[in-house]
Amino acid sequence: MMRLHGFRGGVHPPGQKHLSAERPIESLPLPSRLYIPLQQHAGAPALPVVTAGQRVAKGELIAREHGVTSAPLHAPSSGTVAAIGGFTAPHASGLPLPAILLDTDGEERWIESEPLPDPFSLSPEEVAHRVGAAGIVGMGGANFPAAVKLSKARQAGVHTLVVNGAECEPYVTCDDRLMRERAEAIIDGTAIMLHALQAPRALIAIEDNKPEAIQIMRDACRQDARIEVLSLASRYPAGSAKQLIQSLSGLETPSGGRGTDTGLLVHNVGTVYSAHRALRYGQPLISRIVTVSGGAVAEPRNLEVPLGALVADLLNYCGGIASEDCARLLMGGPMMGQPLPGIEVPVIKGTNGILALTAAEAGEAHPSSPCIRCGRCVEVCPMGLLPLEMSKRAHHEDWLGVQSLGLSDCMSCGSCAYACPSHIPLPQYFAFARGKLAEQRREERKSAHIRALMEQRQARFERQEQAKAEAAAKRKAAKKSRAVVVEEDDE
Amino acid sequence: MIAAITTLTSLGLLLGMLLSLAARFFQVPDNALREELMELLPGVNCGQCGYPGCGGAADALIAGTASPALCPPGGRALAQSLASKLGRTLEGAGDGPPLLAEIDESRCIGCAHCGKRCPTDAIVGASKQIHFVFQEACMGCGLCIEVCPTECLQLRPQTPTFATWYWPKPVLQGV
Repeated sequence: MMRLHGFRGGVHPPGQKHLSAERPIESLPLPSRLYIPLQQHAGAPALPVVTAGQRVAKGELIAREHGVTSAPLHAPSSGTVAAIGGFTAPHASGLPLPAILLDTDGEERWIESEPLPDPFSLSPEEVAHRVGAAGIVGMGGANFPAAVKLSKARQAGVHTLVVNGAECEPYVTCDDRLMRERAEAIIDGTAIMLHALQAPRALIAIEDNKPEAIQIMRDACRQDARIEVLSLASRYPAGSAKQLIQSLSGLETPSGGRGTDTGLLVHNVGTVYSAHRALRYGQPLISRIVTVSGGAVAEPRNLEVPLGALVADLLNYCGGIASEDCARLLMGGPMMGQPLPGIEVPVIKGTNGILALTAAEAGEAHPSSPCIRCGRCVEVCPMGLLPLEMSKRAHHEDWLGVQSLGLSDCMSCGSCAYACPSHIPLPQYFAFARGKLAEQRREERKSAHIRALMEQRQARFERQEQAKAEAAAKRKAAKKSRAVVVEEDDE
Repeated sequence: MIAAITTLTSLGLLLGMLLSLAARFFQVPDNALREELMELLPGVNCGQCGYPGCGGAADALIAGTASPALCPPGGRALAQSLASKLGRTLEGAGDGPPLLAEIDESRCIGCAHCGKRCPTDAIVGASKQIHFVFQEACMGCGLCIEVCPTECLQLRPQTPTFATWYWPKPVLQGV
């Protein structure tokens, strides 16, 4: 048994996992229409390869990746492409994102595929390529394309794969249920990922508030000596990649660096499970497990949902929400989740939970009051930052000050806001500062671009003038020579 | 008479030469600060600041008669860099989002005047076809508006997209 190191800070929010932890995974009845946003991953949006009216089979490619950091999309069910157009994104802004609208036919007709080779007979590059071609992205919420992570990690010489089953966000139980019900598949996915990484060891980290999952996973990996299951003390954010690496290895990820700099690579259990499905059955990432929970939901459940199903469909299946009780609707967990603009938004690859919280759960009864400089946010910050100082500078729009205090190291875990006795929305200040800084960078890039455009225009005018002058000179010369010829003729 | 002509001609030549030599050797270099400011300013000479071109704006900035937030196309980012260069403070000026040109497609007749006038080639369109403004290249100088015969061009704040939206500043009493 290896020794755990722990990480600094963190908080203990009430788990509330009992609401849905004992509900086995159920399949959501297929909705008649699916809304599949082209951007469900970090990086560039995918490019559609289907047209309106086209019939597609389940698992057929409908949008290909665009650029190095991107991921393709596949039809979550068989049916007809109704349209390609803007649809409200599952995002606090409520702005539209380009999406493929698919009318399902209920046949669930799979695309025909060739028999698959044994994944361990393939080269590591080929395994990573197949993971990428299946559209697999990090399913813990970061949405980073998994194949990019795999190939970069192999180049960086990663020695340990960490399978993240910590699931430290309150309410969310989708990973817990996945580990309890499909442990063999996760272990097989882990072995496939180890082959893709050419790494000798894998650690499966699970928080100790999930004893059943720990027991089942331990039983499942008994045959494979390379894989070990570890029980972590429950403390938010134990499942954050950097904190997990620190807990397991004692190594801190350098500021501005990547987790793989420490020699460890973290993948969510959902991602590993999807890799198993892609490599063993040729099934791309077209569905995922979502926890629907919260005090305002009639029957909290864990659902296997086709990507693109509306949050409204999920909530209806769970008995609907009492709208007078629902103070906040979130995608993700209560600590880091995104507030949703409404229930007519689709489930995407990174959606682990849909929460409808009552006012008491959301803590909306407390208005913000001034900072009393108690320093609790500093105590709980897992990144060792000074949230009170950073928020003060963000409030006064001192952007250099915020940056110098390490804004880029903040991962928006929300521990500071949870601990704040004055109920100051600290992460919102940091999101605001990040947005402002990004806007400034965009403006700087734009003005440089505009300057170049102006210079090009100037150069074009000069070329045109020159060309005109040359043409005039040529005409003149031609006229003159003609005149000479005429004179000669006269003679 | 010949003597007079020769005297005046030689005087003219001599003084002219002296003047040109003086211009070359006693030349006062352009103000270095002015050049730096010109480097920061957009340089399209749109005249929205009320000064004759970016050069005039730079002079007014040096003289202290203009605010660092004088340039609408430059926006907040330019105002801030001008203020820090001049060692002055910004008093809440230049706060609004940058305004960019937009074409009302129902009224565009495709006269192609705006495209020719645009200093950054941000407007495209064939003649007698509806024109379009690339927001990525538009700096909101407003020169196109003056030449549009149907008044279909307008300066509007840019609508946020999924990629550019960010959380607004929290509204609190004090932090």
